[in-house]
Amino acid sequence: MKLKEKAHSRTGDKGNISIISVIAYHDEDYAFIKEKVTEERVKEYFKEIVHGNITRYEIESISALNFVMEDALGGGITRSLAMDMHGKSLGSALLEMEIG
Amino acid sequence: MKQIRIGSGAGYGGDRIEPAIDLIERGNLDYIIFECLAERTISLAQKAKQKNPELGYNELFEYRFDKILDALKDHKVKVITNMGAANPESAAVRCLEMAKEKGFEKLKIAYVKGDDIGDRLGDYLDYPVLETGGSLSEIQGEILSANGYIGIQGIVDALRNGADIIITGRVADPSLALGPLVYEFGWSMEDYDKLGKGTWIGHLLECAGQVTGGYFADPGYKDVPELWNLGFPMIEVDETGNGIITKLPGTGGMVTSETVKEQTLYEIQDPENYFTPDVIADFSKVKIEEAGKDRVRISGASGKAPTGNYKTSVGYHDCYIGEGQISYGGGNAVAKAQLAKEILEKRFEKIGLVYDEIRFDFIGMNSLYGDSISKQLNSGNIAEVRLRVVARVKTIAEAELVGNEVEALYTNGPSGGGGATKNIKDIVSIASIFIPVEDFTISVGYLEADNKNKQESQPSPIYG
Repeated sequence: MKLKEKAHSRTGDKGNISIISVIAYHDEDYAFIKEKVTEERVKEYFKEIVHGNITRYEIESISALNFVMEDALGGGITRSLAMDMHGKSLGSALLEMEIG
Repeated sequence: MKQIRIGSGAGYGGDRIEPAIDLIERGNLDYIIFECLAERTISLAQKAKQKNPELGYNELFEYRFDKILDALKDHKVKVITNMGAANPESAAVRCLEMAKEKGFEKLKIAYVKGDDIGDRLGDYLDYPVLETGGSLSEIQGEILSANGYIGIQGIVDALRNGADIIITGRVADPSLALGPLVYEFGWSMEDYDKLGKGTWIGHLLECAGQVTGGYFADPGYKDVPELWNLGFPMIEVDETGNGIITKLPGTGGMVTSETVKEQTLYEIQDPENYFTPDVIADFSKVKIEEAGKDRVRISGASGKAPTGNYKTSVGYHDCYIGEGQISYGGGNAVAKAQLAKEILEKRFEKIGLVYDEIRFDFIGMNSLYGDSISKQLNSGNIAEVRLRVVARVKTIAEAELVGNEVEALYTNGPSGGGGATKNIKDIVSIASIFIPVEDFTISVGYLEADNKNKQESQPSPIYG
């Protein structure tokens, strides 16, 4: 099963940082998502794109995770050579992650 | 209990205008905010101002205000916007001219100044830069602008003095909504819980359609009706700082707990510590509950005292980026694009192109996610691919070479290359430094439709 079956996501940017939320469609799936979508797995998944730390914040009240990924946008949106300089499409990739 | 209604008329500088006018006309609003300044916008506006001192405000200012002013004739809604960019005063002058042409007899326009500290930047050359880790003095390129993200002070003062339209330059985005809340409900600038709640409201409104179903649709998973007719958000809020976020009936999009959750976390790093000039807001314990169709109740944000510094964006000329693209099709498309890439690499070497960084993308295969993720996601044959090469260089002439070499593949490259394009970007980058609040002097000027003499006044202090 892919993450997109259990969660939705929105991606934003601040300088060279990409921020991806992962929000459970149903509160009862939140614990499972927390267990499967760890900092380590996300770091491994985005290893070719994200070169800095990844921090996961937990927002229990809305069954959401927020991944803050440093050095993720090719030097920052103003100077990135990437097609998608904001990294707006990155959340769509994360939702394709297999969560068993 | 007193309640006010704030609408959002723009989520970025080039946003659609019809949803904003619809909100003014049918939203029974007290206020409408227009957030139109991205990080670099003000640097580009500063360039325009240097060429013509009467310019430097949002390029769509006149287009928007032509329609906004028409709508305001029959609907008394106060307008708060950062469309002043690098020149709020000239924007206000232009707004007044337009209002007079339209026959407004009574209209008070305020402009907020004090965010621009470009003339004093020499005082901060040893300050550390967030993006580079070095000091400001180490920035090589020409510095174009320096603007602090100021808070609500000028907006609140303008409202106290009866302004109908408030035009600012750089102001923290949520402050556009927090300002009227503080003014209307008389919140103390030390009531950080309330300021945190108001900041959340501002954060939800500032991207306009992104909380009403824009940037949300994922067909089959998250379907959104009538995005072509997307309604912009409005909030009904009372003095507790909690409220209901909604949109107009008869518009596209939707307001659900899911759209509000996504926008709550959008571009927020640590949800417990969202830094603004007015407050450090805490969104970590928020409650988001559906209260009917397209109605979502929000509560539970809080906050603590701000840092005492304003984040200040210094815009500087960084580099040039040259780019070229060309498409290949058919069963051998990928091999042709690969051959084209190899040719370009050898050509750049042969002509001695000097670059700081170069990147090749195979659009349709790996341009968004690189190779490792793309390999997992791609399947089946690829019958068309677009090769893209992009390089960071120091001069326009070098940037031109990149696209020219791609274009030359028409006659010198693999068979069937089509649709070559080339472009050059002059890159302005941002260096962020943190400057003490005391170093900024915020002032508000006023222009009135029934009084040709403009007055400029220092705002009365509202802090402390």
